[in-house]
Amino acid sequence: MVGPTFDDMTQQGVRWTAEQVLALAPDAASRKAGSKLGAAGPWSEAGSSDEGTVWGLCKGSGSKPYQTVIDVADSSGPAYKCSCPSRKFPCKHALGLLLLWAGDDGSVARAQPPDWAEQWITGRRRRAEEKRTTTGAESGGTSGDPEAARRRAERRAERITAGATELEQRLSDLLRGGLAAAEQAGYGLWEETAARMVDAQAPGLAARVRELGAIPGSGPGWPVRLLEECALLHLLDQGWLRRERLPDGLAATVRSRVGLPGSADGPPVRDHWLVLAQYDTADARLTTRRIWLYGAESGRTALLLSYGAAGRPPELTLPMGLAFEAEVSSYPGAGQLRASLGQRFTAPEPAAVRPPGVTPAQAAARYGEALRDDPWLDSVPVTLSRVVPAPDGDSWQLSDADGDMALPLSLSARSRPGLWRLVALSGGAPVTVFGECGHHGFTPLTAWPEGAGDAVGLC
Amino acid sequence: MNSTSAPPRNAWEELVTVALLGTDRRPAPGPAAGREAPVALLDAAAVETVRRRAGVRPARAAVRPEPAAPDPRPPLPPAAARRLAQLLADRPGAGGGGRRGTAPDLMELLPQWLALANACGLAAPPEALPALLDTARGRTDLRPAALAFAGPRALWLARLNPDWRFALRAAPGGGADLPGPQEADRIRRLWQEGLFAERVALLTGIRAQEPAAARELLETTWATERAEDRLMFLDSLRTGLGSDDEPFLERALTDRSRNVRATAAELLSALPGSALAARMADRAAACVAVDRTRDVPTIVVEAPHECDAGMERDGVAPKAPAGRGERSWWLGQLVEATPLAAWSARLGGRSPEEIVALPVADDWQGELNAAWCRAAVRQGDAGWSRALLGSPSATEAAGPGAVSLAERAKLLGTLDAGERAEWVAGFIAAHGLSEAFQLLGVCAVPWAPALGGAVVDALNIARDAGSYPWSFSGVMGLAERCLSPAEAARLDALTATPEEQEDASPGAGGYWSEAFQRLVTTLRLRAAMEEELRS
Repeated sequence: MVGPTFDDMTQQGVRWTAEQVLALAPDAASRKAGSKLGAAGPWSEAGSSDEGTVWGLCKGSGSKPYQTVIDVADSSGPAYKCSCPSRKFPCKHALGLLLLWAGDDGSVARAQPPDWAEQWITGRRRRAEEKRTTTGAESGGTSGDPEAARRRAERRAERITAGATELEQRLSDLLRGGLAAAEQAGYGLWEETAARMVDAQAPGLAARVRELGAIPGSGPGWPVRLLEECALLHLLDQGWLRRERLPDGLAATVRSRVGLPGSADGPPVRDHWLVLAQYDTADARLTTRRIWLYGAESGRTALLLSYGAAGRPPELTLPMGLAFEAEVSSYPGAGQLRASLGQRFTAPEPAAVRPPGVTPAQAAARYGEALRDDPWLDSVPVTLSRVVPAPDGDSWQLSDADGDMALPLSLSARSRPGLWRLVALSGGAPVTVFGECGHHGFTPLTAWPEGAGDAVGLC
Repeated sequence: MNSTSAPPRNAWEELVTVALLGTDRRPAPGPAAGREAPVALLDAAAVETVRRRAGVRPARAAVRPEPAAPDPRPPLPPAAARRLAQLLADRPGAGGGGRRGTAPDLMELLPQWLALANACGLAAPPEALPALLDTARGRTDLRPAALAFAGPRALWLARLNPDWRFALRAAPGGGADLPGPQEADRIRRLWQEGLFAERVALLTGIRAQEPAAARELLETTWATERAEDRLMFLDSLRTGLGSDDEPFLERALTDRSRNVRATAAELLSALPGSALAARMADRAAACVAVDRTRDVPTIVVEAPHECDAGMERDGVAPKAPAGRGERSWWLGQLVEATPLAAWSARLGGRSPEEIVALPVADDWQGELNAAWCRAAVRQGDAGWSRALLGSPSATEAAGPGAVSLAERAKLLGTLDAGERAEWVAGFIAAHGLSEAFQLLGVCAVPWAPALGGAVVDALNIARDAGSYPWSFSGVMGLAERCLSPAEAARLDALTATPEEQEDASPGAGGYWSEAFQRLVTTLRLRAAMEEELRS
């Protein structure tokens, strides 16, 4: 970058990259439509202000151009406003304008915002300010009748206990008759049991039961996996039934695994958080977004979860590779990395932070140790340093560049296009890889080249 | 939980067996301690499961791949790398579709981007290689440029992923697998033992560098090759064809396979100094003459009466395709294979222009002109091409002979880029765009100013005439890719929606404005692409 660009950078922070903008897109169609609008052609009077407002007029099919304005400086993430009728959020015009801005080819000049953009921004900031003061005043106020809340919690605990007891009975019946017989019983049995657990207000148990139903059809070795999952479910039931006798941390873990909502009441940790990875998993009911953060000063890794109902994208979006200053509070439970995002002090910006890495052997040990706090844990987040992706029969492994140990890749990681990006990035040389390490193997999510270079998303 | 002391090694297998069969049929191992059998089994299994998971150890490292060869080229500037990611994300099948509106067609810009990046000598970002290879897999026309840009690491990747094998075959010179011209032993071994595709790649690679060495290599095994293979190998001699090849090609005229004979004859006739060309010139001269006894000197034609063994040996196909007279068929082949320089001497020292302008008796003109066109293209003769093309502004009927658009496009290929652009600009100025598509396709990119100006003017005229822009979508698409980005400023005025005229097609003005906007946007994008790569 040259000349005026440097000036821009110092005034309004570093512009985002196209990938970071596209990561905001709610779906693939928007990503594509937005890319097409990321060129000067349809735009006029586009500009950006020192305060982090970007605006422009986009010519659509009608006679009047759409007015698009974005607030990129808002610490709670970018905010958008567009006069188009689209219900996508952000719409393709907002994405296109951000791309144009990110492309930095001079078509979004620094200027005074026009009235229509200025009005929105001012209104928005005023409302945000009001909200901040009101919530500040109300917090600690009316949180309902504590006695009634206690009784509600008690009733729910009784229902869960009844559910767990019933589930224990079903597991016993299953093992009395043998898993081979369960293969014939099929999915229906599990669906019904899962529904009973939903009635018992134990969504965590319900989800585990539903997963049991898929195991008999999951290919060779299914009896082993089914027994493992049945046994861990049994362990969770027993943990719940005896939660009074467990240490506090473990009891909290059991409560959250069973599906009781916790609140992120850990002390807020202010740090410079790097977004390590963001990825979605979806089933028919729900899209779950996982965002891994790494605190540059605390060295902590935290997991943010965000949900979107039935096909809608989750609201929280934090592009991989950016870092921001914010407070993060953890949820209760031993070994739990889940946290909630509190106040944000800066907008996400590109950062050169990289998490420190460990060897494959250390990563495996780290998962083993984490099971001590949470035996139901499938994987732990780990950064591997100096590993080489290497083919191993039909599969791949991440092999220690300075040793003779390697972590096999998980089944799901082998079929993803990200695998080839990782292999290409490495070219047979060591790379740094962040991912999830567990009993399924290692699932790479983000990689960095050995030398200088940006993070490459693999998910 | 019952805590048990370390169970025997096969304890887990035993637990799985019991679980499969059921505790009713098989008692659980270990102490039940007053619990029901299934509960005791679940207790033991839970302990074992957590124990097994906690004890997960890394595996032995498999053999690591050899590191990819280093890519000495400088990396892409960051903006150019982002642009590449964007262009590759626009692959067909990556979602979306429908009407294009004013947005540029990014995929169509990829070839140009690759050509520019290659011209700048920049290295591909490694993480973009999978998308680049996937794109090249689907589009064979992109492969040479994509693979050149992708560099050594793409070949390294292609050896690991069967989907990308094409890169190993298609790589220039066959990739790192192929021996260099100095490795005589490896060349010989690969030539004798390699697969057909490898051998073709080897021969083509050597031919491009040392034409004689390739021919000599081919001669070592010529007699034992299968006919289809001989044909393919012979075809690869087209590159770097020279008079050195004549003795070999002369021998191939007696080949057992007719296709091989025909190809050998074709190659020989492209060598104006060859004995075959001289023989053909003699035969053709016997058929074509100027009759000076008429009022105006006129070309008279006496087509051959038979296709004798000598003609057949020299590659003349004796059997005419259905619907063609065999005598005119033979004549066409003779004239096509005759060195064009021979005609001036034969026809009274006239220049190509004068010859083409002579009247031809008995309706032979079409046949003769078509044969001269083929000869001019085959021999790459710009003088004759110029004469046959005539003036670009001449109307079709008054043009020199019935030279079709396809023939004109081929003839233009023998002229240098500047002359070509000028001729096509003249053609468009006189005839408009409706027939220009094929001719524009042979012009050098970006279009020369005169040509670009002619195209923009013609589009403007078409708009004012009130037709719809999609009648010109082919030319528009070409213009988006080929017009010089410098024209963008001139085009800006055309992007406004004009007042609807009475005789115009309804709504055409809006569509034209959209089409021009897309054109301007695409040109700007191309300018930005170039800027990014050169910064």
